[in-house]
Amino acid sequence: MNAPNVGILSLFIASILTSNILLANFLGTCSFISISKDFKSSMGLGIAVTMVIGICSAVCWVVLYYIIVPLGIEYLSFIIFIIVIAGVVQMLEMIIDRFSPSLYMALGIFLPLITVNCAVLGVILFMQIRYYNFIQAVVFGFGSGAGWWLSIMLLASIRRKLDNNNAIPAGLKGTGITLITIGFMAMAFIGFSGMIAIQ
Amino acid sequence: MSPILVGPLAVAGLSTVLAFLIAILDKFLNNYGQLKISINGGKKELVVKGGSPLLGTLAAEGIFVPSACGGRGTCGACKCKVLTDVGPHLPTEMPYMSPKDIEGNVRLACQVKVRKDLEIELPEELFSIKKLKTRVERIKDLTYDIKEVLLSLEGQTIEFEAGQYVQLVVPPYGDIPESAQRAYSMSSRPSDSAHVELLVRLVPGGIATTWVHKFLKEGDSVEIVGPFGEFRIHDTTASMICVAGGSGMAPFKSILNHMKETGAFPEKEIWYFFGARTTKDMFYLDELSALAKAWPRFHFVAALSEPKPEENWKGDVGLITDVLDRYLQGKIDKKKGLEGYLCGSPGMINACINVMKKNGMTEDKIYFDKFA
Repeated sequence: MNAPNVGILSLFIASILTSNILLANFLGTCSFISISKDFKSSMGLGIAVTMVIGICSAVCWVVLYYIIVPLGIEYLSFIIFIIVIAGVVQMLEMIIDRFSPSLYMALGIFLPLITVNCAVLGVILFMQIRYYNFIQAVVFGFGSGAGWWLSIMLLASIRRKLDNNNAIPAGLKGTGITLITIGFMAMAFIGFSGMIAIQ
Repeated sequence: MSPILVGPLAVAGLSTVLAFLIAILDKFLNNYGQLKISINGGKKELVVKGGSPLLGTLAAEGIFVPSACGGRGTCGACKCKVLTDVGPHLPTEMPYMSPKDIEGNVRLACQVKVRKDLEIELPEELFSIKKLKTRVERIKDLTYDIKEVLLSLEGQTIEFEAGQYVQLVVPPYGDIPESAQRAYSMSSRPSDSAHVELLVRLVPGGIATTWVHKFLKEGDSVEIVGPFGEFRIHDTTASMICVAGGSGMAPFKSILNHMKETGAFPEKEIWYFFGARTTKDMFYLDELSALAKAWPRFHFVAALSEPKPEENWKGDVGLITDVLDRYLQGKIDKKKGLEGYLCGSPGMINACINVMKKNGMTEDKIYFDKFA
């Protein structure tokens, strides 16, 4: 199968806006909801997720086309991708621990939990079924990560405003109003859909 | 190659490569080189390998910060002051920190990683805490349920203050699958740094006491960690009112022998009340009576609560608290002030504290070692 005829720049913008991994595909919502209550941690996690998705798509592309496809073991691709993601997250964790202990502490348990963030696996599986070439895979990976980062920053900012709002009924406070907010955000992002074809 | 093997082999191979990469990365990233830990303003300087938690790093250098959970961050015992900035407190530390601890840079040694030169503060007495391999030199029956265990340190030495305790390391035995540690006061004199003597009373169902009474033999090797504890003679001229029952004798045997031998605190008058139920439970009677005769400032009061007529008991009779009450009301000179020293079961200690308070002694002058 040939790689789709999509320009690098449009793929990058599309993965951030029109096909936002979070608000158009609803992947990676658990840490999105739990971390977005703190602006600083959202920033850290956004950076970490972007790094992990970007690096993992590159590594997984190589693994896919140089190991999985030649050996004909596509049926194991899920397991192999998860192993690669786990390994990359582990290494990233060690690097962050060494060079930025404060970010390491701010992220705490959420850093290892990126391993099971479905946005990461989702991006890699999209990359597989859309037959992206290497450059496209890397751009799509970093773009999706940046999209995830953008979404969590938007939500964190909105939640910061909401915290100062006393008009919210008690029963809606916290997760309730957050889910409704995410719904509105998703509707806004759905408005972009179809503007750029990426497959 | 059979297609059924290709998949598993590929997955295994890939995992191996990743594990290998992680191991190499760990070797490079976790290599902080030689780091310096300066303790108590440079009184002690350690050169250590970085990258591990402070607790284990110190233990490797022979400084045993107390820890009951073994570094899992669940007991909060390994608190120490870290003066160097090592970042904010971790969520794992917070449950054990008071606002005052946080302000004073108190950290859990098991959660702080050594990544740079550190300046820390530790209580002085931790420096003399050691893990010692000992051999059982002698086990003597003092009563039907109390044994005197003499451990030889075989060339090593221990420095402690009379009244302190050690942790006895009980290996797995019988139906007990895990090693345990239990605290015992040392009854030996501080001047004999080559031996540690413990008095162990058999507690039905007790892990350590059953082991000592039923399994331990002369010649066995035993590990102890210590010394620990705040129970010690206070440097004043006040008279000491010591009360003990059963194996609560241990710290007082050490304290009395030490004071007699060194003549320490010459102004202190010592009253020692030892309570038991019958003569069967009484021990060291001759030694202590002889000591009282030879040493004018030492007064020994032994009391039986349930003496049998055929025992021909000539000492005091009654519960130790009643006997203590009688002496405090009449015979003891209170002019120089009184200090209470108690060692025994929690019930006995609480009862004695009440009697002492009733007789005008203040709680801050009553020191005790509860056998819980």
